[in-house]
Amino acid sequence: MSIDLSQFFEVFFEESFEGLDTMEAELLNLVPGEEDLETINTIFRAAHSIKGGSGTFGFSSVADFTHVLETLLDQIRQGERELSTEHINLLLQAVDCLRALLATLQSEQEPDLTEATSLKVQFEHVLGMKDDTQKSSPQSQEEKTGSNTYQIDFKPHHHLFKTGNEPLYMISELGELGELETTVFYDEVPDITDLSSDECFLYWRFFLDTCHEEKAIKEVFEWVEDDADISIELCGGLFNSDEQVLPNHEELQQVVAPDLPTPIAIVEPTNKPKQPIVNQDKKPASTPESTSIRVGIDKVDSLINMVGELVITQAMLNQLSEQDITSATITSLKEGLAQLAHNTRDLQENVMRIRMLPINFVFSRFPRLVRDIAQKLNKQVELKLIGEQTELDKTVMEKISDPMVHLVRNSLDHGLETVEKRVLAGKDPIGTVTLNAFHQGGNIVIEIMDDGQGLNTKKIKEKAIANQLISADNHLSDDETNELIFMPGFSTVDEVSDLSGRGVGMDVVKRNIESLNGSVEVTSASGVGSTFTIRLPLTLAILDGQLVKVAQHTYIIPLISIVESLQIDIAKVSRVGKNLDVLRLRDEYIPILRLYDIFNHKNAIESLDKTLLVVVEADNQKVGLLVDDLLSQQQVVIKSLEANYHKVDGVSGATILGDGRVSLIVDISGLIKLSGLKKPGSQELTIEPQATLEEI
Amino acid sequence: MNSDQSQLNNQLNLQQQQGVKQFLTFIMADEEYGVDILTVQEIRSWEEITVLPNAPEFVKGVINLRGTIVPIIDLRLRFGLPVLDYGPLTVVIVVKVEFGQGSKVIGVAVDAVSDVYSITEQDAKAVPSLSESSNCEYISGLVNVGDKMIVLIDLQKTMDI
Repeated sequence: MSIDLSQFFEVFFEESFEGLDTMEAELLNLVPGEEDLETINTIFRAAHSIKGGSGTFGFSSVADFTHVLETLLDQIRQGERELSTEHINLLLQAVDCLRALLATLQSEQEPDLTEATSLKVQFEHVLGMKDDTQKSSPQSQEEKTGSNTYQIDFKPHHHLFKTGNEPLYMISELGELGELETTVFYDEVPDITDLSSDECFLYWRFFLDTCHEEKAIKEVFEWVEDDADISIELCGGLFNSDEQVLPNHEELQQVVAPDLPTPIAIVEPTNKPKQPIVNQDKKPASTPESTSIRVGIDKVDSLINMVGELVITQAMLNQLSEQDITSATITSLKEGLAQLAHNTRDLQENVMRIRMLPINFVFSRFPRLVRDIAQKLNKQVELKLIGEQTELDKTVMEKISDPMVHLVRNSLDHGLETVEKRVLAGKDPIGTVTLNAFHQGGNIVIEIMDDGQGLNTKKIKEKAIANQLISADNHLSDDETNELIFMPGFSTVDEVSDLSGRGVGMDVVKRNIESLNGSVEVTSASGVGSTFTIRLPLTLAILDGQLVKVAQHTYIIPLISIVESLQIDIAKVSRVGKNLDVLRLRDEYIPILRLYDIFNHKNAIESLDKTLLVVVEADNQKVGLLVDDLLSQQQVVIKSLEANYHKVDGVSGATILGDGRVSLIVDISGLIKLSGLKKPGSQELTIEPQATLEEI
Repeated sequence: MNSDQSQLNNQLNLQQQQGVKQFLTFIMADEEYGVDILTVQEIRSWEEITVLPNAPEFVKGVINLRGTIVPIIDLRLRFGLPVLDYGPLTVVIVVKVEFGQGSKVIGVAVDAVSDVYSITEQDAKAVPSLSESSNCEYISGLVNVGDKMIVLIDLQKTMDI
């Protein structure tokens, strides 16, 4: 009979989180006064399925909470109630709260209901209000957040049970009015010999934190007025936040309790011991990286097709192997192998595509974030999302979202000016933040643009000199100066706000992105805005590589970073400084890096003439890598060196070649660092090539 | 504790006693060294390896161990012993070493493997405190088996590279 429901929990949580995301997105679309019925319906349906699901799986806390939410939505839907901004705010808070609740349930912890209860009270308050009273919003807002604490002494007469009353029902009814703290006293319970099971010897003291009036409490006890001693007293003032409630309770208990016998148990308030753990800010607890993935049926279908083809190819090869080897069979064998290679590659690509999700999964959290921050900062912001369907590896996506949040916050906090400033500067009072994602080569590029004031290059320079990051007599261009904000411990903001301090943590952003083999750069124009550009590889697992030979070792250069490969014409090489050769390639000077030298392999290339040079680009800088030979190009699966060893400078990972040998993948930007080359534009490189130009 | 052979025969009984550990021993420069057998994953012959650029001298390179990249340490170089050319007896002991942040699989190249001994904890003697320079930081204890002395290696410290 019993079905183990727990096997469906994961699906339920996933669907619920999806539902919440939908609700959030749709709520943000709502504009009071011109709401679209279909939008409200969508929100209502999402709430309804969460309620239904949580009820089925026995998560009553979630179901109860969603119920009030649903009631409000239903009234709006039926046109019984007019939607207001407070409603939207409240609903958004509820979405956050639900998300946190579900997250704790998912990690099989006991959920903390403090926030849910207080939100529920707010909802009930809103629901209890007549439609016309809620028009006077400032007043109702105050009532909603304010609540009173009542001390209720309830001492039923011994014959209470005989009148058909059950105190437990009354207590739970009280609990529905607000936050209830219950103390039970048992000192009147007689010896077991005198104990009569149909008489009530217990009495209670409650502290009820509610926004309902005293009348509502009286109603609870309406039926037992004559059968019990009841006193209801208002104690404590108005509470505006949850945190204040408990300390006050404790004080009250200390003051009031001494003349009363020691309470044995505090029944109701499960929240009390948990209070210190309560997350003070309203954000949901960080959810663990999800371990399951939802895949479109078309992707699965195409996989099945490919496996089918693979099986056919395998059968064909099998058949061939049974025949005698003749030149004819060899030809068809080769054909079969080519077919197999084709199938394998298709299959691989498609398996990889399963991991690819539209970047919308990250983008979708920004409308809410921007709305909240804009409200907090009192700025007017429009968020534009472009390229939401751009696909990206799931792992990369999970890791990129935090750095992006940081950058967007920065743009809102420091990039965009206040409405007054914008009007003064002759700009549209509504600032724009644009998130743009697109594919470029084997990379995905994410741009975060704002039309704010831009970076203050002068201030950055001053700060960098003060922090001794650069010398006072530097000749850095504006772009190079802007890059300085990615240096550790850099902040130009005199007062760091609670949202972000531009520069604080920018080094962390850069580090996070670099750990994904990506890069981030900034361009900025004073008064026009700034743009942060993040470049990331599409996937972390596989890359197209060019195999090269250096001394007797095989290395792999990522194909995407290769610009061209050429044979060196010695006439175009000139020596700069002590031991750096540069090659003039069209109108550029390419520094030549001797890979064997950097990697400390013994090799003796006497003359550069006719040797092979692979020109690669990283971090906007081109360098030429001197190699002994170019081998094949192939896709390689990236294996970590760090798993059993540690990071090797100039190497981003390893892979296993077809013959089982290990080969190392060259990390171009690491290599440039290792070689001690600086970016063009810094002094070392700009002076010398100037001289060589005349020589040639 | 007199006969090694009888010890091996009685392994099962001995293991039931408390504080008995088994050690795999190997030879390097005529000395016998021991590592806890539970850390040993497998023993392989010497094979071609891929050199890591700019690695310390004792890190010979990496190999492909069924799809995982595993670094190979030459223990002679790690202990500052004279270099010996790799021959047919040269073996790589693949060990799994627990570090604070997780375990790492590392191959250790030694001259030859020797034997397995059961050793009680009481038998292991502390290393005499020698001067700092003599690499004794890698040694967790000394133990006598018959008339032989075995140097027990502290893998965590040895492999902390």
